[in-house]
Amino acid sequence: MKLSVGPNQFFWKADRWAGFYDDMAAAPVDRVVLGELVCSKRLPFYQDRIPGAIETLAAAGKKVGVTSLALITLKRERKLSAELIEAGVEVEVNDLSMLAYLPKGAPFSVGPLVNIYNEGTLAFLAGRGATSICLPPELPLEPVRVLAKAGRDLGVEIEVWGHGRVPLAISGRCYHARLHRRTKDNCQFACEDDPDGLEVSTMEQQHFLAMNGVQTLSDSFACVDHQIEMLRDAGVASLRLSPGTGDFAALCGMYRDRLDGRTAKGAIAGALEDATPGIRLSDGFLTGAAGVDWSGARAD
Amino acid sequence: MVMEIVCPAGTPASLRAAVKAGAHTVYCGFADETNARNFPGLNFERDEMREGVAFAHDHGSKVLVAINTFPRAGGEEMWHRAIADAESAGADAVILADLGLLAHAAQHHPNLRRHLSVQAAAANADVINFYADAFGVRRVVLPRVLSVPEIAAINAETEVETEVFVFGGLCVMAEGRCSLSSYATGKSPNMNGVCSPASHVDYHEDHGDLSAKLGGYTIHKVGAGQPAPYPTLCKGCFQAGEATGHLFEDPVSLNAEALIPQLAKAGVTALKIEGRQRSRSYVAQVVRNFRAAVDAQAAGLPMPEGMLASLTEGQATTAGAYKKTWR
Amino acid sequence: MSDHSVNLPLFPRLPALALKGMPLMPVSMALSGFARRIAARHPAMFRRLGEYNAARFVLDPTDLPLSMLLEPLNGRPRIHLSRRTLRGDARIAGPLSGLLGLVHGAYDGDALFFSRDLVIEGDTAAVLALRNAIDDAELDLSAEAQAMSGPFAAAMRRLIAMAEARTGVALSRHEEDGTW
Repeated sequence: MKLSVGPNQFFWKADRWAGFYDDMAAAPVDRVVLGELVCSKRLPFYQDRIPGAIETLAAAGKKVGVTSLALITLKRERKLSAELIEAGVEVEVNDLSMLAYLPKGAPFSVGPLVNIYNEGTLAFLAGRGATSICLPPELPLEPVRVLAKAGRDLGVEIEVWGHGRVPLAISGRCYHARLHRRTKDNCQFACEDDPDGLEVSTMEQQHFLAMNGVQTLSDSFACVDHQIEMLRDAGVASLRLSPGTGDFAALCGMYRDRLDGRTAKGAIAGALEDATPGIRLSDGFLTGAAGVDWSGARAD
Repeated sequence: MVMEIVCPAGTPASLRAAVKAGAHTVYCGFADETNARNFPGLNFERDEMREGVAFAHDHGSKVLVAINTFPRAGGEEMWHRAIADAESAGADAVILADLGLLAHAAQHHPNLRRHLSVQAAAANADVINFYADAFGVRRVVLPRVLSVPEIAAINAETEVETEVFVFGGLCVMAEGRCSLSSYATGKSPNMNGVCSPASHVDYHEDHGDLSAKLGGYTIHKVGAGQPAPYPTLCKGCFQAGEATGHLFEDPVSLNAEALIPQLAKAGVTALKIEGRQRSRSYVAQVVRNFRAAVDAQAAGLPMPEGMLASLTEGQATTAGAYKKTWR
Repeated sequence: MSDHSVNLPLFPRLPALALKGMPLMPVSMALSGFARRIAARHPAMFRRLGEYNAARFVLDPTDLPLSMLLEPLNGRPRIHLSRRTLRGDARIAGPLSGLLGLVHGAYDGDALFFSRDLVIEGDTAAVLALRNAIDDAELDLSAEAQAMSGPFAAAMRRLIAMAEARTGVALSRHEEDGTW
């Protein structure tokens, strides 16, 4: 199985951003998708570092992709999106608007924010030129199995959300701005102080969600440590790791070791729990009753 | 021209009530996971759909059938059958969201009119035109994230008719792209046709204080006499940083009645009323109100005073994203 | 936030007190019979209830000194009245006028709930199913009572009309006329 690094979902300062991709060049991963997924207003802060990062990663032998925005509405965003295909690397579609811009038949990949729930949709996208697809994180294991098989028949690689806070929703409204009683147009980049998102808890102090500008994520970090064998058996070609702070290259290494059989089931979760006591992990979308569930919480 | 009002019907009785109250068009769904209001006790069996369509047509109204969830891998047949049955029941159009289902409908039911559901969250003219080119979509229900000027801009760039929500529940997230409900409960709008499902709701009243939990998470607590919102996740009361409150959206519902003239000017074809889960009494009252409003608009008269406040969730209303400061 | 509560009429206190001494067993049996007659004429209501045919609903008119256990039982409904607290899968509490008004389509259940005129506890999905099934059935308890009154139908109609006028409680079906 391969490892992919998804686009960073958060607003990082340009130096941290560029440093992260320098690290990824040396990390044991096969593919890296970068670019701005969540908010077009963040892009000017690091846009000029993107070509350098692409070059570094490509030189290190990584397959590189560039993501579209998750929600394309404004004229400026439409123009930006149409220009993405000139970046010279494969585009990852995270808003179907991209299909209007991609030349028919040109290869592209599809990210986890596109609704691919069934074989019909998979076949349609394969027909348009999709070569790899990261499935929506909320899909349970059984449909993943069906789609991995359909993907194999169509020559489309199927990827599954492997690790990181799960993107749960995208909105026209910026919650960070709302929290600071600002409008989205005058947000003053309220999200830049939360490089892993801002934790949202209930009135009874239950950890629940994380806010990230116009995006809402899970509080828990998805972790498929317990499902790797099932996913491999299902024919899943690749796992996606979603960037976060901390030693991300080491995290990539843990997954690499686990995929290559150098460590056993539970090793990743155990290491994460040792490093960050109280860390909240989840894998319920794949095998639990609800997305937040964690199979490590039961006897395993 | 009179703007078309598109009215909800969760039951045959609501369909008849809506038609009698002056609905130009009614939308409804089958009693299974193929539609996004798959709630207990709601929706139409096949015979009820045939009778409902016949009743509406006899009274000069149209019926749209919402098949707007995302078919399950390995189970697409149920959705395909829903489209075939909607066509044979005489439906005037189907409302679809899934790419694969749109492709299936375009190929196998070319004469059945196709509308793009709000669950597809098509938020700009380019993607709307893509749906028109690829699948012959004739009308799009716009997501509730757009302002009136943006709606006008879309209409200037597309031949596809636009339909916008004017009343009822309000999604603050891009529709069809939200997994909050399945994260907390395992039940998803996209897969199961439910959001914050009643089966996972737990109300508890203690000394007049009402707390509402969803999937074990406390979403609301209100004191005695305060209006009680349904525990919809995105309208809950939460804490982040130093703040406590309705961080995503207040427990309000949409009422854009006053914006009807502006929406007409923006080129909108049809006005949609949310609420297939509401009673026939609610449906009749809201429909009557909006029919009077669009008739007044067409005649160049001022909008009638709204009388709908007590019907709305949390009993407060908003014009939503139609006013840009909402964001 | 302004108060938009619906102002439900309350059951008069004196007759409510009179109910305190009434034997409930015969009333329960009569109501069960009445419910079964209605059920026979509205089979779709039970189809709509689906899995919740097996649910036990406690209906609690808060202005009366008793409450009611309703079991739909796939069209063979059973009703049991009690002055004690009843246990069930779901409980719906509110003024009798609100409960009857729901049955007759005079009020919207969500609106009564949002305004806190109705209180719901227990299995919320079961309550929704019951509400939706009843709403679709377009019940008219007054017409059903007249139909069962044989030669006394006219007298029954007059009695109900008088009671409706005096109490403001919806005892018969409203044609979604938006009068409220």
